[in-house]
Amino acid sequence: MSNNKDVESIVVRLAGDSGDGIQLMGSQFAVSTALSGADFATFPDYPAEIRAPAGTTFGVSAYQINLGSGSITTAGDAPDVLVAFNPAALKVSLPRLNRGALVILNNDGFTARNLTKAGYEADPRENGDLSDFQVVAADIGRLNLEAVRQFGLSKSEGGLCKNFWALGVLLWMFDRELAPVEAWINRRLDNHPNMAAANVAALHAGHAYGETAELKAALPQLSIDAAEMPAGEYRSITGAEAMALGIAAAGELADRQVMFCSYPITPASPLLHRLTRLGELGVGTFQAEDEIAAICAAIGASYGGMIGVTSSSGPGIALKTEAMGLAVSAELPLVIVNWQRGGPSTGLPTKTEQSDLYQAVYGRNADTPIPVISASTAGDCFHAAIEAVRIALRHMTPVIVLADGYLSNAAEPWLIPDVSSIPPIEHRPVPERDADKTPQRQAFERDPETLGRNWITPGHADLMHRIGGLEKDIETGHISYDPANHQAMTDLRQAKVDKVADFIQDQTVETGEPTGRLVVVGWGSTYGPIYQATSRTGVSMVHLRHLNPMPKNLGALLAGFDKVLVPEMNNGQLVTLLRDQFDIQPISLTKVSGQPFMISELVERIEAELAA
Amino acid sequence: MSLTAKDYATSQEVRWCPGCGDYAILKSVQTMLAKTEAVKENTVFVSGIGCAARFPYYIDTYGFHTIHGRAPAIATGLKLANPDLDVWVVTGDGDGLSIGGNHLMHALRRNVGLKILLFNNEIYGLTKGQYSPTSRVGTRSPSSPTGSVDSPVSPGHFALGSGAKFYARAIDTDKVGMADVLEQAQAFGGASITEIFQNCIVYNEDVFASFTDRKSAASTQLHLHHGEPMLFGVDKSEGIRFNPETFSLEVVNAKESPDEVLVHDQGNAVIARLLVDLHMPTALGVIYKQPAQRFEDAFYAHHPSRMERTKSIGDFIRGPNPWTVK
Repeated sequence: MSNNKDVESIVVRLAGDSGDGIQLMGSQFAVSTALSGADFATFPDYPAEIRAPAGTTFGVSAYQINLGSGSITTAGDAPDVLVAFNPAALKVSLPRLNRGALVILNNDGFTARNLTKAGYEADPRENGDLSDFQVVAADIGRLNLEAVRQFGLSKSEGGLCKNFWALGVLLWMFDRELAPVEAWINRRLDNHPNMAAANVAALHAGHAYGETAELKAALPQLSIDAAEMPAGEYRSITGAEAMALGIAAAGELADRQVMFCSYPITPASPLLHRLTRLGELGVGTFQAEDEIAAICAAIGASYGGMIGVTSSSGPGIALKTEAMGLAVSAELPLVIVNWQRGGPSTGLPTKTEQSDLYQAVYGRNADTPIPVISASTAGDCFHAAIEAVRIALRHMTPVIVLADGYLSNAAEPWLIPDVSSIPPIEHRPVPERDADKTPQRQAFERDPETLGRNWITPGHADLMHRIGGLEKDIETGHISYDPANHQAMTDLRQAKVDKVADFIQDQTVETGEPTGRLVVVGWGSTYGPIYQATSRTGVSMVHLRHLNPMPKNLGALLAGFDKVLVPEMNNGQLVTLLRDQFDIQPISLTKVSGQPFMISELVERIEAELAA
Repeated sequence: MSLTAKDYATSQEVRWCPGCGDYAILKSVQTMLAKTEAVKENTVFVSGIGCAARFPYYIDTYGFHTIHGRAPAIATGLKLANPDLDVWVVTGDGDGLSIGGNHLMHALRRNVGLKILLFNNEIYGLTKGQYSPTSRVGTRSPSSPTGSVDSPVSPGHFALGSGAKFYARAIDTDKVGMADVLEQAQAFGGASITEIFQNCIVYNEDVFASFTDRKSAASTQLHLHHGEPMLFGVDKSEGIRFNPETFSLEVVNAKESPDEVLVHDQGNAVIARLLVDLHMPTALGVIYKQPAQRFEDAFYAHHPSRMERTKSIGDFIRGPNPWTVK
């Protein structure tokens, strides 16, 4: 990297202790990147502990952002710039760095104690470990404290500002405006004007350091041109924000209120937090006493005529399973969002995985089919939420949306959609009382196209009826233990889910030719790396929104390729589903390290398969 | 034309064991609905699993037979969606205090406007007679052939400890007592819990006979009425007084010491707890009642637009810092 060079894409990684404010610094840098017009993708990577032991490698919190003027869909494989606040952060990040990367170190973090905690026998600043990189070692801690001294803060309070000091350096490097960050600090610390002023001072001090210090030669002045993105209005968005907006938009499109019921769990909680701010869109949020109560309250809300939505992560979804069966049996609409994380059990709460696909498609007692869809990018969570509500109301069924921890937190620029162009969400009107039929029968009359039953909610005169989890007669809706009826109802529940396929679009290729030697098939948050890898190698890409049922033409589409490669962040679950549905033998590429795929590992495998 | 219990019956054949206490409860509930002229379409019965949970099928209102222990959670969601509904939750000692204890606790402490009927027969009926969380120590059952060893939970203490604002008791076959507590529960705004001593004639017959036997009822039952002295016994000759030395309730001769007899105050949380533990006689009627804001009302009052859609998605979708690409 030379000075004043325009680079097309650059990967920046910030790393420090989990109490260093890395995530805050990263998200502010992302906002600043968005405002500069560059395309970007982020990857917050932090430990499960709120304040993991300081100085340790497992306590490192990192935020990676890939920004550029080209199309950016992943957080990048190898960082070009690293800001490391302590030896542990350096040690964890070093193996990933691009050769020649710029490494900015906080000298004050490199104490003997911290070096020992990170497992360094010798100081990496001096032992040659960093000989492949450009190193800027600054006394960030000390310089920051000097900058905030005038505010009379304690040493520990003052120390909290150092993330903004470092952000100041970055903003100078990338030629960014300070004003939006200042405004954010002042808003955020509205009640603490002294702390706000100190953080602003630290930001300016870092910026000035970058601009005037004798290290000018080492710190390259970078400017990323605005990316060539389609014209329109953009914003920065995380998956949790997009999902919240999508759920609220679905309520508006269906002209129904939304009741979101959930229990806090990592990494699903951000959706609850976001939805609490959308009340004026007719959205209510209820924090239930546990996961089971959360889905049950959502079912109760749907029974009462609102759109019931619940959300969790794998372990919580497991607890909700019995209630999902009730929603299937009672034929009530419901949306269940699963922000998948590493497992089994508590597993890796803050790391991402796609390993709940079996759970979503197969994971219930009895024959209890539920439509399953997935979201592939942060912004796509908006559209996935609308699609889920559309299916739930059209077919009177619970719907599972698979997202994951990476999508929940990752930010990207998002072309703000024109909501007025999205078709309204239809649902069956409450019927008039028909004297020739019992209300019980009327409640279970189904639309032959969708098999959705009438959504008659309490409060409607003369239509009183009873619903429940016991098997019911396919015609009268009364309890029935009749053997032939149970067969018919089991078939009906499957047919209803199959009917969803009548309403979904044919699967198309995301990139590449519609037939050929190799197609890479994915779902969910692997979209970014698969898109980059297939674009670079010229092979085809198919990315699935609908996992159950799958698009009707998918089998024929995949049969047009010599090889089908399926990369997944699990042990091969989509491969099983594809084999289950189609007469194909896909090649499985799996990764369960809690980290997203790197483009390079996909490219490598694609090239190997093409050569074989 | 005045309504009768029959107006609230469905066409469904009632399928409890012959002689089950549930029949009497069903009749009392239907009678109460008729007497209070409950609007059918605005009334919902929600139940979990167990013998008691079949209740909704037999009442011609809206009804939802849900899953084991979760009726309070489902009913809470229903109340959030439509606070104007009269929602009854029918549960049992196993459904409400074992598998669903958590939800019952939270429905009570939130004061969700639910009328909860806890059918307590101190046994699991539908699964064929295992001991329940209210079974007394030593209960012999298929799963405890040599007698159960775990201490039972007190529904009254559970309810009051959870913050219930209404706790009442009645005996299944006592029409007068049932009518009194059901009508008060119907009129109460917040979460009410009514414990009904229900006689399971197959698996736990006469478990409450020590105080439900009509022959000795006068001396074994204390029927509570707000503002009236706590009297019982033949000729109401006995009363209940508070002993400040032992901090407990005790029986006193009401004829000799009428001034010492306590006057029932439904709002007294301390005496309510002592009444729960009173055994001979057993306290019946509304033991505690203290109106407070309902959860659903607080929820709507606290919501920025009372759940109305006062803005459009377009007002939110652009976020704080949008930018334009030309």
